[in-house]
Order: sequence, then C-alpha cells, then structure tokens
Amino acid sequence: MPHASLPFAEPLLMLVIVLNFFTLGSSRLRASIRAVGVQGFVLGVAALALHPGQSWRGVAVSVGAMAIKGIVIPRMLDQGLEPGTTPRETHPHVGFVASLMLGAAGTAAALLFARTLAGDGAPSVGGSWLVVPAALSGVLAGFWMLVTRRTAISHVLGFLTIENGVFAFGLLLLDAMPELVEAGVLLDVFAGVFTMGLLLEQIDRDVAAAAHDGHDAEQEPLTSLRETGRFRAVRQTDPLGLRREEPR
Amino acid sequence: MTIEALVYLPLGAAVVALVLPWERIRPWLVPLGALGHFGLMCLVVPGDARQSAGGWLVLDALGKLVLATVSCVFAVASLYVPGYVRHFHHRRNRFFVAAMLGLLAALTLVVVAHHLGLMWVAIEASALATAPLLLFNRNARSLEATWKYLLLSSVGVALALLGSFFLAHASVLAGHPSTLLFEDLMAAAPSMPPAWLHAALAFLLLGYAGKMGLAPVHTWKPDAYGEAPGVVGMVLAGGTTSVAFLAVLRVARIAEAGGQGAHVRDVLVVLGLASMAVGAVFMLRQRDLKRMLAYSSVEHMGVLALAAGVGGPRAHLGALLYMIGNAASKGVLFLAAANIHRTYGSKQVSAIRGVLHRLPVSGSLFLAGFFAATGSPPFLSFAGLLVIGGALVTDGRWVVAACFLVLLFAAFLGHAGTVLGVVQGRDSDHGADATDPARDTAAPAPREPLWSVLPIGLLAIAMVGLGLWLPQPVEELLHAAVAVLEVHP
Repeated sequence: MPHASLPFAEPLLMLVIVLNFFTLGSSRLRASIRAVGVQGFVLGVAALALHPGQSWRGVAVSVGAMAIKGIVIPRMLDQGLEPGTTPRETHPHVGFVASLMLGAAGTAAALLFARTLAGDGAPSVGGSWLVVPAALSGVLAGFWMLVTRRTAISHVLGFLTIENGVFAFGLLLLDAMPELVEAGVLLDVFAGVFTMGLLLEQIDRDVAAAAHDGHDAEQEPLTSLRETGRFRAVRQTDPLGLRREEPR
Repeated sequence: MTIEALVYLPLGAAVVALVLPWERIRPWLVPLGALGHFGLMCLVVPGDARQSAGGWLVLDALGKLVLATVSCVFAVASLYVPGYVRHFHHRRNRFFVAAMLGLLAALTLVVVAHHLGLMWVAIEASALATAPLLLFNRNARSLEATWKYLLLSSVGVALALLGSFFLAHASVLAGHPSTLLFEDLMAAAPSMPPAWLHAALAFLLLGYAGKMGLAPVHTWKPDAYGEAPGVVGMVLAGGTTSVAFLAVLRVARIAEAGGQGAHVRDVLVVLGLASMAVGAVFMLRQRDLKRMLAYSSVEHMGVLALAAGVGGPRAHLGALLYMIGNAASKGVLFLAAANIHRTYGSKQVSAIRGVLHRLPVSGSLFLAGFFAATGSPPFLSFAGLLVIGGALVTDGRWVVAACFLVLLFAAFLGHAGTVLGVVQGRDSDHGADATDPARDTAAPAPREPLWSVLPIGLLAIAMVGLGLWLPQPVEELLHAAVAVLEVHP
C-alpha cells in the first residue's frame, strides 16, 4: 500500500468519513452545518497534505475549498437559522439510528468498491487508499439525507455532503488536471444559490406581493406539488416564508 | 465566422439585458439575440465541420443538427416573449430576459464543447440560467418548483462531475496524456481499466439522464414544466432536453470506443422503457394541463433513450428525427397551453372546456400538436417512430418492440383523454354555471393577438412540412450526424 505524502493525510480522510456519520446521525441542524463545514475545511487541508509541493493552482484550489466550504457557506447557512434556538430535524422519513446503520453499510460498500477498482489500477494514485471510499461514502450519505430528510436546510446539507464527496475524489486529480478540479468549485455556486434562497428576504417579499396581486392570472391553489413530497418539509419549517401565502 | 460568436452573441445580449434600465424595451432583446443566433447558425451550419479554441470547440454534424434545433426553438420562442412579457407588465423582467438569453448561450456552449470539463461547466450554467425562468411567476408554487429543480439538477450535475473525474482518472491510469477532449478520450478509452470506465459511465449517464428527465430521475420535470411560463416550458422541453440528449450521446460514443457500448445501450433501453411507462401512466387522468405536457416530455425522452440504446444507423436516424419532431410539437403544445392558461385563468383540466370554440386558432394548433406529439402521421415524430420501430423489428428485438408499441398506445390514450376533453364542448358546458343566464352575456371570446399564435403557426408548419418532405440539406445533415454516432471500438 503506497504511503500518503504527509503522515496526517490518512487520518484527515478518516475524519471526513466519520463526519458523514455525524451528519447522518444528528438531528441538530446547527451541529450538522458545523460538521459539513469542518468536513469541507478538512478536505482542503487534505488536498495540501496529499500533494505537498504542488503548483500554485493546486494550493489555490485547496485554500479556496477551505474558505468556501469551511467558512463562507456554513456561516451563511447558520444565519438562516433563528438565533438562540436549537432547530432540529424532527421527523425524518427514516430514523437517525437506521440512517447511521445504512451509512456504515454504505461506507463498507464504498471500501469494497474501491478494492474492486484497485484490481484494475491502484486507487492510491493520489497517495492514499482512502480517497475513493471517502468520496463515495460522502456521495451516498448526501443522497440518503436528500431522500430521507424533510427540511430544506437538511437538503442543502445533503447536497453539500455530496459535493464534499465529489471534491474528495478530485484530490486524485489535483496534480494531473487541476483545471477540472477547479471547475468543481462551480458546484459551490449551487450551494450559494440555495443558501441565498433560504436567506434572502427578497423572495419573502415577492411571495407576499404576488399573493396580493389581483391581476395574476397564473395564481392557483397549492395543490399539485406532491409527487416527491419533499417540499412539504420546506413549508413545515418555512425558511422560504411560503406560509404567508395560504392555499386558496 | 467563428463558433465562439454563437455563444458570445446571446451572452452579450444577456449582459445588455442586465444593465438596460428600460423595462419596456428590454424584452425585445430576446428576439434580437435569438434571431441573431439563428442567422449566425444559418451561416455556420452549411459549412464544413469547424473547430476553434485548440479543439475545445468543435461543430461536428451531430452538433450542427442539435444546434439548428435549439436555435430554431429559441428563434420561434423569442417571437412570443415580448408580447408575453408585456401582458404581465407588472412583473419585473430583467432576470427573465437575461436568463432566457443566458440559457441560449449556455446550451450553445454545450453543443459546441468538445471537452468533457467544458461541457460540464456549460451544463451547470444552463441549469443555473433556468432558475430565474421558472421563478418568473413569482408565486409560492413557482418557488417550490424552482427549488426542486435546482436541488435535483445540482445533484445530477454533481454526479456528472464525479463521472467526469472518474473518466479523467481512468485516462490517467491508462497512461494517456489526458486532455479530456472527446477524441482523446475515445482514443484512450480502449486502454482504460474497465472498472473505472464502468463507474465513470454510470455516473455520467445518471447525471445527464437527469438533465434529460428520464425516469427515475425525472421528478423535477412535472413541477418545473408545470409552473414555468409556457414559453419557458417550450425552450426546456424542446431545447434543453435535446442538448441533454446530445450529452448522453457523447458519453455513449466514449463507451462505444471503449468497448463498453453494449452495457450502456442496455442501460439506455431500460431507462427509455421506464420513462415511457412513467410518462404514459402519469399522463392518464392528469388534472393539470402543463403537468400532462411534462409527463409527455418524460415519455418522449424515453423514446429517444430507447432509440439511442437500440443503436445502429437506423435507430439513430429515427432518434434524431424524433428529437426534431419533439422540439416542434412540444413548442406548439406549450405555447398553445400558455394561451389557454391565460384565457381561462387556470391550467386545471376540470376548469377548461371548449378551447376550440373560445380560442379557435390556439385550440386547433393545440389539437394538431397533440397529434404530432403522439406520433400520428403526417407529422415528423411519426417518421421518427416509424424508423425506430423498423430498426427494432430488423434487429429482431421483439419484446422491446412490443413494449414500445404498447407504451406508445398508452401514451396516446393519456394524451387524448386530457387534450380532447379540453378542446371539445362549449365553454359554458361545465359546472353549475351552464344554466346561468348571466353567463351567456359574459365577455365575448377574447381575440388571439398575433404574437400569441404566429409562433405556434410557424412551428406547426415546420412540424407538418418536415414530416412530409425533408429538404436535401436537412437530410444530408441527418445522415452526417448518424455517421458521427457510428463508433466502432
């Protein structure tokens, strides 16, 4: 097994995987936001640790990831929560313990899959055998959160977890194709849009204005968005201020 | 004329839209940009295959065909936009206009991008540009739909990026200097480790199938199409899906080159049949006109995926014909549905009766669009279906052919139940108001302004005309595009 370029790279990736378990098992949204943020920051550090002495582009990507994933987005999300409260994900479709179990199974599957890939070529090109499992377990955990959680903020956290997983895989390519990994930063634009959507007062006001808008021929009762049942959750917590417009 | 101009023109118009302070003039930028794009397209397409930016941008025959489709869809849609925006003059249109032009620029970039990473960036940009379009109605439901759309497409885009990473890493493992240009990837594919190539293809296909709206990753579609303005539904169902189909075809080409074509084709056949089934089932007794069209789009994408999965020159030809037919018929249906929605103040099927009576032009075109979308002769979609069915029979894939026919018939029934219900009868037939004498003296049927029916008429002409007679250049382009798709490992 080839060694990591710096001795603490493997433990960092281990930490990334453990943080997936934390978000899967926690109902407290504030703590989950912090966990996803720490995960993003740790991935930025891991990028530096796996590729010591890399080009300035690689360093820029790593530092950028630390700043955006680790600080900016978590802080913005945190602002979306009411200060002084402990908002929780109360009624997920699948309980937290079951989610943890499935997370463990998913991580085991990711490890096995990484071994399958290793049969053809070493998955340790970037210097670590944990990169591929960390990436895939992140993607799986994020998916699971998207499917089973009800609040909009949890969905954003699920997306961020997937994004962190994708970035973790990018660690393999940081030397060979930094431009492709840089493109991955564009995913953060989505994350930014989501947080803006959760935060912006503007959307609230416009919804209220539209509700009072007499000539709006395209206003109809809120009846038909039902297939995935996902959005009910958003109205439950109401981060978008949708409650102001009651179904007619 | 360079390829870049095709991207820069709408992009420039989008920037102008963002800074232009005049609400009344701004909507005219859409026809300006889209017709300009159409003009450029007419100059570029007849020439030889072109490339620029060091091979990152290439316009091959397949790209030309999709580019022409997208450009025509936007050109026709752009004729509808100024009138539409003026009708809802109390809404701010800055972001709507800019996003419409931005979407055209992003979709054009997807078509001409010959680099896996660049194509991904362009697809992400197109997803972001769609959000303000869905939000134009500014009510709680359009917010919900936009949120769902963004969430699901962001996940799809993330998966596609992961697939691109896998493919890039596979090419590194294969020892090729990896430029991520399609031709280089295809050359490297045979020596890539199969497990890595498999994983890469799975993620890429899942990501881009979501963009196309194939089942089971179609769930954003009914909400997005249902809540979007009709003209947006038209560019999404006719333009964005065609481009996403192109992305799927590009991925399938890499798979073929890598000797994994059979796996990908099987996956596409399964996704195609599943999408046709989901579309057909949910269209039956659908209570919302635009959601019905969304499920119809799921079904149509299923046909395209199925045809791509069958493979071979005939099925590919059928798929490309059907892609053009889908773009035209969806345009007719969405714009007509928008006119109906505006007139009746509702898109609930139960609230709409006698469209043919109240909106004779839009109603007749809506009916024609229904026949075209369900693959009836003499429309172009019929030709596409006929060729695809022929390919299935020639290949001896009887089970798939049987499923294909049954699902087409089911989709026809689903379509018919909704469309025939709303176009027939008299407006006053429904509800307790039928005997209300005050209702007869209600306002006379509103007239249909030219801006609202001319674009539909143009599309209908294209839909019938191309079904009856394919001009020589179009036919040559189709065959050249099919030749691009024939890859031998």
